[in-house]
Amino acid sequence: MPGRWRPAGRANAFSARAGQEAMPVTSFNDDPDKARRFRDAALPYLDDVYTLARYLLRDPADAEDAVQECFLRALKHFDTYRGPAMKPWLFAILRNVCRAEFARRASAPTGIDEDAPETAEQAPLWHEMPETPEAQILRERDASAIRRMVEALAEPFKETFVLREINHLSYREIADAVGAPVGTVMSRLARARAMLRSAWLAEEEQPE
Amino acid sequence: MTCDEAEILLSALIDGELDAGHVREVEAHVAECPRCAAALAAYRQMNQAIAAADLSYTAPPALRRRIEASLPQVRVAPSRRSVLKGFAMGSAVSALAATGLVAIVLRNDDEQRIMSEVVSAHLRSLQAGHLTDVISTDQHTVKPWFNGKLDVSPPVIDLTTQGFTLIGGRLDYVDARAIGAVVYRRRQHIINLFIAQTPNIERRAAKTEIIQGFNIRRWSERGLNYWAISDIGADELTEFGEKFETAMQANKEG
Repeated sequence: MPGRWRPAGRANAFSARAGQEAMPVTSFNDDPDKARRFRDAALPYLDDVYTLARYLLRDPADAEDAVQECFLRALKHFDTYRGPAMKPWLFAILRNVCRAEFARRASAPTGIDEDAPETAEQAPLWHEMPETPEAQILRERDASAIRRMVEALAEPFKETFVLREINHLSYREIADAVGAPVGTVMSRLARARAMLRSAWLAEEEQPE
Repeated sequence: MTCDEAEILLSALIDGELDAGHVREVEAHVAECPRCAAALAAYRQMNQAIAAADLSYTAPPALRRRIEASLPQVRVAPSRRSVLKGFAMGSAVSALAATGLVAIVLRNDDEQRIMSEVVSAHLRSLQAGHLTDVISTDQHTVKPWFNGKLDVSPPVIDLTTQGFTLIGGRLDYVDARAIGAVVYRRRQHIINLFIAQTPNIERRAAKTEIIQGFNIRRWSERGLNYWAISDIGADELTEFGEKFETAMQANKEG
């Protein structure tokens, strides 16, 4: 899992990368019934998948490419799909697509931000907490401000948080989608909330 | 309990993922620790703000069209009529054999078609505003609501204490007939329990299948067909089915 990264310009990388895997989409032409079943099962989650892609990639055009690639791969593997539930399965595919994009961005001349996610994950939670422990009322923030704060969370905390709070997955489903134990999901969420809370308080000190 | 431990569990508490024992422990800690109490209050506030803000995105229509276009064009599935026509035109087959054969073909065909209609009805119900016609967690409100709308009175059983929250009922259409749907929630997941009359009164044991990524558990009991469908795991859907049947049994004996 890469650490934090900055967008490194516009990429057309998804389809190019996909070419190496040679998507045999045409082989589905002789099975329209499968296509129909896939459409009924997967397309209702298009907005969910697109939402996750937007938060992970932070770029609308990259997100579109990644989602399209995700659905192509899902269609390709739909034959062998036996679960988990459709939504976590699509998210798991999307994460794989995005990983390729992260790797591409990391190898780009700019935009590398080598954070060490492992140590970040193990540091005590209270490092994230504000100095003053007394109850502070969080100021109301509008949707775009909250969105910005969520987008600024470091990985893997952001992805876990988005899967939970915006895509409404259970801990078990998040664990399925990201391939981590439920306990890890739980501690990542706790940390994500602690980080978001300090960001929320920090923004209040310096209003835009 | 230390604050570090509590901090992790606070988050799970908010998400409703803690078992009863841990809930008590965390609440006891929060009652004594102002710092964790402040964190819990802040997290609750954050959650409400996030829920109110709706931070999800909608996929651009062009993206949807591109994905649809990348799928092979869907042909209209052959109707039952054309299947029958095929048999009628097969002059080599004797009339008697053809009748038997058609019956078999139709029965399997019907079963599959109804299953896929159940899936469609479930998907439809998940669209905004389509889930329930009557919203109530009280079985004595939901059950009478069906009166006069169906030719049967579907059993409505409250399984809230057993982990499946009754959230309401709905009139749906499967196989071109009105059918009762009782809606339950398990965490964020919706379970639709479709109930229809069948002339066949013999009991059919439950069978779970996966269709289009949904688990469907179907069984028959005392002249009613049941289809429970959800995106929860097969084990949890089995648990749901068993608890429902146990409760039905208890009602019958009680």
